[in-house]
Amino acid sequence: MEIFYSALNALLDWQVLLALLIGSVGGVIIGAIPGVGAAVAIAILLPATFALPPLVGLTMLLGIYGSSMYGGALPAVLINTPGTAVNALTTYDGYPMTQNGEAKRAVALSYSASFVGGIISILCLIMLSPVLARIAPMFGSREIFLAALLGIVLVVLAHRGQVFAAGMLAAFGMFLQIVGLEPVTYSKRFTFGQTWLTSGVDLIVVVLGLFALSQAFLLLTEKDNAPEIKALEGSLFSGLKELWLYKRVASVSAGFGVLMGMIPGVGEFTAQFMAYTYAQKTSKTPDMFGKGSPEGLIASEAANNAVPAAAMIPLLALGIPGEALTAMMLSVFYVHNVIPGPQLFQGQMDLVIALYLALLILNVIVLCFLLISSNLLTRIIELPTRVIGLAILLLSFVGVYSLRNSITDCALAAGFGVFGVILKRLHLPIVPIILGMVLGGIMEIKLRSAMPRLKTPLDLIDRPIAMILFALILIVIGLHMRAFIRRQREKTLAIELDNR
Amino acid sequence: MSRIKGMQALFKRHRQPGDIVFAWVFFAVAAFLFTQLGAQSPWMPEAKTFSQPAFWPTVSVGLMVVFGALHLLSSALSPRLTGRLSELGFWLRSAEYALWFMIYVFMVPWAGYLPTTMLFGAGLALRAGYRSKSMMVSVLLLSIVIVVIFKSILQVKIPGGELYQYLPGPWRSFMLTYL
Repeated sequence: MEIFYSALNALLDWQVLLALLIGSVGGVIIGAIPGVGAAVAIAILLPATFALPPLVGLTMLLGIYGSSMYGGALPAVLINTPGTAVNALTTYDGYPMTQNGEAKRAVALSYSASFVGGIISILCLIMLSPVLARIAPMFGSREIFLAALLGIVLVVLAHRGQVFAAGMLAAFGMFLQIVGLEPVTYSKRFTFGQTWLTSGVDLIVVVLGLFALSQAFLLLTEKDNAPEIKALEGSLFSGLKELWLYKRVASVSAGFGVLMGMIPGVGEFTAQFMAYTYAQKTSKTPDMFGKGSPEGLIASEAANNAVPAAAMIPLLALGIPGEALTAMMLSVFYVHNVIPGPQLFQGQMDLVIALYLALLILNVIVLCFLLISSNLLTRIIELPTRVIGLAILLLSFVGVYSLRNSITDCALAAGFGVFGVILKRLHLPIVPIILGMVLGGIMEIKLRSAMPRLKTPLDLIDRPIAMILFALILIVIGLHMRAFIRRQREKTLAIELDNR
Repeated sequence: MSRIKGMQALFKRHRQPGDIVFAWVFFAVAAFLFTQLGAQSPWMPEAKTFSQPAFWPTVSVGLMVVFGALHLLSSALSPRLTGRLSELGFWLRSAEYALWFMIYVFMVPWAGYLPTTMLFGAGLALRAGYRSKSMMVSVLLLSIVIVVIFKSILQVKIPGGELYQYLPGPWRSFMLTYL
């Protein structure tokens, strides 16, 4: 209880509350602008928080992290364009509802479902804390190495139909991480004799290039577009009442979000897919799905908004990010001298609780803000896309240049920006690069520190958790191979039938 | 014959115009890095395999080569798409804005953050096709707001411009500190 009061006391500081308010409202606004997203905002704002006290900086960026998906639902429902990538499924039923003249109902339901998803997820996080505090110390170097390896395997296999591309881009991320001085022997790796490469490639530079600058270049190069949106009339509070009618779908979908969020490398898309499939299978009107089903909309929003808090579980307990945003948050923690991992639960439990409470408060702030200011947000969505591109370009400069005042970093970010444009145009995934960089670094350090204590490589899995993780890796690969072979057999059969 | 068709079906997938160009370039870069492994990440004589500084470069570059080759194969076996050249043109056009960005980066330490941001914002707005007075005013206001928030309030590390040295005393220190 003493720890709880200490956490509450830290959180009630006016600077922390102000940072939380700015982060939450800012996150919603950023999420509502199609193509910007939380990763861009966090990357831009991260250097700006260097000078702030750790909890102030952390809560501001945590606010953006936890609230962007709320805002992303608005353009998904109103103009069929998801604000953030994870709101794509929301367009399936949200936009048809708008076309049927139910825009207000769709927006209200999506906010309410997001709120329920977020709250359920945070409650799970809080309830799991004592378990995490007990389990986390059981993770030594070999377990963390295997968990990171599982994350890499999952992030590659989760990209169905793009496994080869995801694999090569994850490997590219791992490669980017090794460029520069090796941390133990200080030998140079892939510097090609260039001094500017010895300090390595910074994760923030890569993120800003791949997410922010690439989006700016894309928006400035593509045709200008300024969507027109009709104002929402009437109160949005009815959504919470209506959501009660669909409480089963909302809670089960949030459960899928929590479950998938906890597994590194899986994330929102799988959670949404499972929630949507469940909602459709159990619905009395499955034919309505994709044509404006409130259940479909609720499943999508409750599932995706349950992921951020759940994704904090492997991040806080093991220091392993599950997707690009948590990889960004890992950098945020490091910058503010908070090292996620088993020690965090033992040494800084008050900070952990303060973060949970911050997540809880931000959901309330965001819901209140959205219920009263959605019409204001629609004005932001109406901004011409090239103006948004211009603003991102100006803001990206702050993010990259203020890191180390390095022109080399800016040139690298610009290069990654063009690379990001190519990946986006080819519909190739960017996230594996970021996770490859982060998880590759973790794997290298942890394997190196684990191996001297082992007599043979097999000793790597001689502890129960390590064995479970290794078994999980084998099961995941095995299941993927089985599904792949089955699909292949079906394809071959279809070809043979065609030939006859 | 059906076995060959089966092999094709194994690797065929949905793709976009220009995918094969990207696949070739990525594979070529990965293969080049692979040839450089010995020179760019040497193996230490006494260190164990997993402690070798070259171990992870070998793993990552090796995986780049393997997955890059598989991606290339799948791209080559997928049906040919039209519009490859126009897609390459789009990539090049987007590089123009990378150039704009770098000009901005080079100008800030010389001309100062506020003047450069205003000039760059206005120039980019003109380049993007905006001509109206209201848009220009909006862009200039946006530039000022960005500078005030980040440099004046949040005190983000962006150096004052060399040109500020020529300003009169009190203005000079104000501009160097806040704008």
